[in-house]
Parts: sequence; structure tokens; C-alpha cells
Amino acid sequence: MNLKLKIWRQKDANDKGSMVDYDIQNVSEHMSFLEMLDVLNEELIEKGDDPVAFDHDCREGICGMCSLYINGEAHGPDRMVTTCQLHMRKFKDGDTIYIEPFRANAFPVVKDLVVDRSSFDRIQHAGGYISVNTSGNTQDANAIPIPKDDADLAFDAATCIGCGACVASCKNSSAMLFVSAKVSQFALLPQGQVEAKDRVTNMVNKMDEEGFGNCTNTGACEVQCPKGISLDNISRMNREFLSANLKKS
Amino acid sequence: MGKLNSGVPEGELKNKWVNYKDNIDLVNPANKRNIDVIVVGTGLAGGSASATLAELGYNVKTFCYQDSPRRAHSIAAQGGINAAKNYQGDGDSTYRLFYDTIKGGDYRSREANVYRLAEVSTNIIDQCVAQGVPFARDYGGLLDNRSFGGVLVSRTFYAKGQTGQQLLLGAYSAMNRQIARGKIKMYNRHEMLDVVVVDGKARGIIARNLTTGEIERHSAHAVVLASGGYGNVYFLSTNAMGSNVTAAWKAHKKGAYFANPCYTQIHPTCIPRSGEYQSKLTLMSESLRNDGRIWVPKKKEDVEALRNGTLKAINIKEEDRDYYLERRYPAFGNLVPRDVASRAAKERCDAGFGVNQTGEAVFLDFSSAIMRYGKEQALLKGLDENDASLVKKLGQDIVKAKYGNLFQMYEKIVDENPYETPMMIYPAVHYTMGGIWVDYNLMTSVPGLYAIGEANFSDHGANRLGASALMQGLADGYFVLPYTIGDYLSDDIRTGPISTDTKEFDEAEQQVKEQLNNLVNNKGKHSVDYYHKKLGKIMWDECGMARTEEGLKKAIQDIKSLRDDFWKNVNVPGGINEMNKELEKAGRVADFLELGELFAKDALERNESCGGHFREEYATPEGEAKRNDKDYTYVAAWEYKGEPADAVLHKEELNFENIEVKERSYK
Repeated sequence: MNLKLKIWRQKDANDKGSMVDYDIQNVSEHMSFLEMLDVLNEELIEKGDDPVAFDHDCREGICGMCSLYINGEAHGPDRMVTTCQLHMRKFKDGDTIYIEPFRANAFPVVKDLVVDRSSFDRIQHAGGYISVNTSGNTQDANAIPIPKDDADLAFDAATCIGCGACVASCKNSSAMLFVSAKVSQFALLPQGQVEAKDRVTNMVNKMDEEGFGNCTNTGACEVQCPKGISLDNISRMNREFLSANLKKS
Repeated sequence: MGKLNSGVPEGELKNKWVNYKDNIDLVNPANKRNIDVIVVGTGLAGGSASATLAELGYNVKTFCYQDSPRRAHSIAAQGGINAAKNYQGDGDSTYRLFYDTIKGGDYRSREANVYRLAEVSTNIIDQCVAQGVPFARDYGGLLDNRSFGGVLVSRTFYAKGQTGQQLLLGAYSAMNRQIARGKIKMYNRHEMLDVVVVDGKARGIIARNLTTGEIERHSAHAVVLASGGYGNVYFLSTNAMGSNVTAAWKAHKKGAYFANPCYTQIHPTCIPRSGEYQSKLTLMSESLRNDGRIWVPKKKEDVEALRNGTLKAINIKEEDRDYYLERRYPAFGNLVPRDVASRAAKERCDAGFGVNQTGEAVFLDFSSAIMRYGKEQALLKGLDENDASLVKKLGQDIVKAKYGNLFQMYEKIVDENPYETPMMIYPAVHYTMGGIWVDYNLMTSVPGLYAIGEANFSDHGANRLGASALMQGLADGYFVLPYTIGDYLSDDIRTGPISTDTKEFDEAEQQVKEQLNNLVNNKGKHSVDYYHKKLGKIMWDECGMARTEEGLKKAIQDIKSLRDDFWKNVNVPGGINEMNKELEKAGRVADFLELGELFAKDALERNESCGGHFREEYATPEGEAKRNDKDYTYVAAWEYKGEPADAVLHKEELNFENIEVKERSYK
């Protein structure tokens, strides 16, 4: 198939940036979206132009490094996939495709389609861990049985890949889905109880400080999340936050 | 040719590590605050090492090329992690895990290291659970296990098909705790481009800030490489796009011996390739072989009909299917080790039984498992076990709960529903057992330079068993390196900060800048990928699942001329002082072009077949790998001498005192 691409080009963080048009021919439906961009880049290099910079690494939907806002949707038109797993069979001959970076105040553009998501790391530094030393002298792994349903829910929350699609999809650029996934994982496990109150308070405060917006329960984040992280996690985090801060004061 | 000293402690195998720990020098907490350690890489090994060293009190500087340490490729490991917990009561023990690993590695790994690995394996599970890693549990709330290739027990702990992700996020969370305390200084989007050796000791690195292009000097009292494997030398592999050998190769050029480069794991269950534009291959976890049965048609006419689309796999009758692993290896069946399963797939496809248009695919079929689970569920729930469609539905639910994300991934990539029709799979490059040579302390041949995880060579011999990479990465980082490096650093308590204002740093930085300048100023005709793909093809054709003397000699010549051509004609757009992804790739491919040649040289030198290294000249009449224990029971450690062709071989003899060395049979 032949496609028209409109791609955000921005030289560096200080550049204003603009959409630039490209044509690409003979795209196979079996290609992944990023492989289509690889082909475009090869053509650009051949012509002596600058290739389009975009983040990617594992190309199997788990590292969370790829992003892209494609035709107005984070990770494009397919559901439950990252951009690297999106295949060209979701498009048809003659389509025009708009390709932009994930946009949010807390995700400044570095170059072209590459954004800086280190704000996510900083939220994790604020409490995304259980304070246990790696001595190997902890108690036996089977010492505390955990109901399977709790373990499964904790796992579901823990599958967040930290890509930022939730933020890019949200009209308020809120990071509630991302933060609540980590808070929920630990809130559902006995190991996470000891520090639960400080964790939720510190992570939520850090999230606000980083400039993410508020949650207005639109639910776009859940729809666009490549891992299907549930809105239930946001409810759980709100309960955790409320109970932590009511008891504190 | 020198002899290598592995520094394995004296004494009985099972007491070595305990005695060692009792007798090493320690660094007191106040002194640890004055000692810096650099860690390169944030996968399971680098992440766990960084966290633990920082927790002990050292000042840790950690580097990764990704935008966050959480993205390292350990995250993509699917199936599980081994530990000799014996929670299933099926006869597992430290010795048995040790035995399986040595045998699985085809008797080409170091006994003492492997025993230590098995010994600390149980701590890993305890540690991870304490960190909040959500492993799979059964209805009683206790941890569940499954089985992996090459073993007869269930010792694999898992978190659906995302075990690597969960373990890495565990290590990442341990790192975050130390980053918050200021004990780890994290350098994201930084790539190590050289190691700096001062007075014979590793004292720092040169790194490039990938956002600004700036070249930076970083000093430390010791440097730890946790930079992963070199599978991307094949261009197509299951590695991440950025996975590279650069850190390891630069270390090699500064004196670290490179061991057994030819030991590469080609994983049997990957999604077959589909076209020329393909950028990487996707693994389907080995755990699927717990329940999936591998087959090809018995009749050539069925193969033809499958290829031209007139016949569907589900319509081929049971008696016309060749479950070749069950046929050839009745004892282990579909759960033979990876090297054996991969070669068997190649054998069937080479014989003309490949089931897709390229002729390079076999079926992985879940229909038996779906019906088996479905019947069990029907019985449990008091439903009609003779209602085929109900049983199928119940069975599919169980399979979905076990492998759901893998099935979804397959469907997204291939556009076929694996619950209804068998998956198609084919072997692909996955893991490299070879790597930087290390002694018992995980120290390389350069004092103060350590290599852990996949970056070193030590634990998996010529073939790694499934679910053992995660085990090794975390064992090295959490429980081994933190002890061994302390013994070394105890001599450095009076050293004080290492200056970066020295001639060694000047020279290393100069060299790095020179190479970067050469690459961007070359303005040749071909892109970096053009060369990477050509290198990959040579490697796959001549250094892949089957190797010959003639092919390897040709590969050495071809890689050398490709390397010459690369330096004459490569085209890297853009400049140095900016984010330049092509320049990053170019540096990595330049190193692959040297490593590839050493790889072929190593494979040529090893006149035997063992594990993942299969030389067609050395096979049993049944086509199994034939070792030559008399001449080749050693680790081949190569010393850099300028060109890969000039590399000098050092041998570390392997002694097996606690295990009987015999033919590795899974029949």
C-alpha cells in the first residue's frame, strides 16, 4: 500500500517544531508500524536527509520505550498493543497518517518523536518500592500465603510498562493510571502494607509536583493503555490516599 | 598460550562459597562511603547489583542507554526463574539444579560457579517475594511452579508470561529506593564507549550522553559490566534493538579476555520471519512447551497443501502428524533443551517438512492441552465431560489464564487465532552463553573490572537451560558480586577519589572522539543497517544452528572484507553533538563487525559439537552433538591483540569432580 505520512519534526528541545509531509510506497501489511518508519528512515538517509528520531527498544510490547501518537491515539488505532506491535494491516492504501510525540507538560520533547519521561521515574523514586534490604535473609517465600485473587490483581496492576500512553491520552495529562498501578500492586500485597500510607501520599504529591493534571474520570487512559490497566486502580488509589490522609491529620 | 587461574576456593564443592564468605576481607561501613563503583547496564544483573552495592553503602553510578533503567531487555524474559525450593516435593535439591545446569550446558561450564548459583537460587525467590514481586500462586495462596526444558522437576517460578518484567521491576524498585537516598546516581540515555585502565586497574569509563552528544569522563574504584549479550550480531534476534556488545568489546580491547564467543543459544520457539523489512524476531516462551506439542506433517503432499493454502493444520489427521520430539526423545518429549529442540526443527525443515511458505516453520499445537484441561474443569465443576464444545471452551479458559499474553502477542503479530489453529514457530537467536571471561569472583582479566549476568560466560556452558538466565542475573547482582567486590575494594579504602584529569582518561576520550568523528565524516554510500543486515546474514548462514570448517573459514574472510567496506563506505547522517540514533547504531555495528570474526574463529577452533555449537563434522550417527572431551574440556578465552585474527587463545581447563561427564542424552 502507499501512504501519506505527516510527521512531527523538531530539531531539539528548544526548536519550535512542525509537521512535515512524507510519501511512502509499497508498504507491506505484515510490517509493524516501526518497521514502516525504519523503511522511511532508510529512504531519508539514502537521500541525504535526517532520519526521524523515535524511541523504541524491545519491539515486543514490554519495555515501554516506544510511544507515538498516531492519528490522534496513543499507540495508534489497535487496542492492547504498543506502537511496536501495531501492524500496517490496520491501515489501508491511500491513508494519511499523522504521527506525533506523546504530548504533556511533564513529557517535554527531546527531538522529533522522542520525549523525556523521566518524571515517571521520579514518581517511582518517591515511593515505588518496599523497603527491604537485599540480604537474602528474608523469610521463606511461602511463609505468608496470599489469596490467589489478590495476587492476580496485584500482578495485573504490576504489568504497567510505564510508556505514558495514559498521560498522552488524557485531556488533563493526568498520570493517575500510572501511579495507581504501582500503588495498587503494593496495596494488594501484605508486603506493601507497612509503608502504604507514606507511599501513596508521597507518590501522589510527587505526581502533582511534576506537573501532571488532575483526573476527571474520563477513562481515555484505560481505553488506550496497551496493557489494559484498569480504572479500578485509580479508585483504589483514591481510597488509599483518603484513608492515609484522614488518619494522619 | 597462558593458563588461566579461575581462583576457585579449595574444599568440598558444597562448602566452597560458605567458606569463601567467611574468609574474605570486608570494608567497614564508614569506608564504603568513600568508595565509588560504576555499573553499566540496568537489567537484572546491573539493576540488582546497583541496588545492593548502594544499600551496602558504596557510591554507585549506574548507566543505561535507554530512557529509564526499567527498560533493560531483561524485561522481555517471559517464562520464569528457576530455584531449588522443592516446594512441589518432586525431588529437587541444590545438587539436582547444579547437575541439570552442568549437563544442560553440555559439560562446558565451571563446577564451582554453577554450584554457587544453585545454592543462592532459593534466596532469590525469598528476596523477590519480600520486594512485592507478584509471582503466580495457587488457590491455597502458595507459590506455583512449572517445568522447563531439560529437567524432570517443576522448579520454575513465574508471573504469567511476564516473569522478566516483574523481576526487573523488583530490581528497579530496589534501585529507586537507593536513587531516592542519593546512593545511586543514575545516568539514563548514556552509553559507555570505553573503559579506562589506570596502573593496570579499571578506574572509570568514557560515556556519551545520548541526548546532547557530550562525551563524559566518570571515575570509580571498580567498574561492573552488566551490559548483556551479543545476539544482535545476527541482526535478527529476540534481543532488543539497542542490545549491543560495545561495552563488553571495548573492555575486551582493554585487556578483558572474551570467552567462548561461539556459544550462542538459538531458541526453538520464536515467531517465523515474514519479510525482508523485518527488524527483529519475537520469542514465544519455552513455558509453552509444557502444554504445546510440536509437530510437522508426515506426508510431503500435506506439506504442499499447507503451503498453497488448500489444507489447514487442524484438518490433518492425528496419524498423519509427526510429533518428532516425542518420537526422538521419549523421556523428555517436547521439553528437551533448547539446542536439541532447535536442531530437530531445523532437521525436519531441511528435510522439506516446513509448514509455511518459506519452509521454515513447525507447528506448536495446544489442542490436546485444551481438551485435557477442559475435561478436568468439567469434572471439577460437575459438567458434562462429553460435550466437546463445552470442554474446549473450559480448556481454552485455562490456557488463557496460563499463557494469555503470549497468545495475544502471537495473534497481534501473525493475525491468526492460536486458540483455534496451531501456532507456527521457528528457531531464532536468543541468548549468548559466551561473554567476558571472569574468575570465581566474577572479575575479568583486568583487575577491578567485573562482568555479571549475560555479559559474562561463566554459568551456562555451551547451552543455557530455560529460566536460568533470570536466576543468574539476580544471583550475580544480589548475592555474589556484593561479596566478591568487597574483597577487592578492601585494598582501596585509602585510595581516595580517582581523578579523571589524567593521561589515561585523556587518551581514552581522544580515541572515542576519533571514532565518532570518523563515522560522521565518512559520508559513504550505505546506511548502517545495510552493513548490519549483511553481517547478520553471514552469521546466520555460517555460524548459526549448524557450522562447518569450510563455512567458518568463509565467514572469517567475508566479515573481514565487510568490516573494511564499512569503514570506507558507511554513511552516518547528522553530527556528534546532538541526539543521533544512527551514530549510536554505527558504533555498535562497528564492534559487532569485530566480534563476529572472533566468533567464527572460536567456532572454527572448537573441533567438536557441544550444546549450541554444532559442527556438522562432529555428530553421532543419529545426528546428535558429539563432544570431544579429551581435547576440548576447556574454556576458550581470547586475548585481544589488534585484529580479531590475531587474538591469542588462553585455556581454562574444566575439571569435573562432582559429576560424571557422560554423553548428554534426553532420550
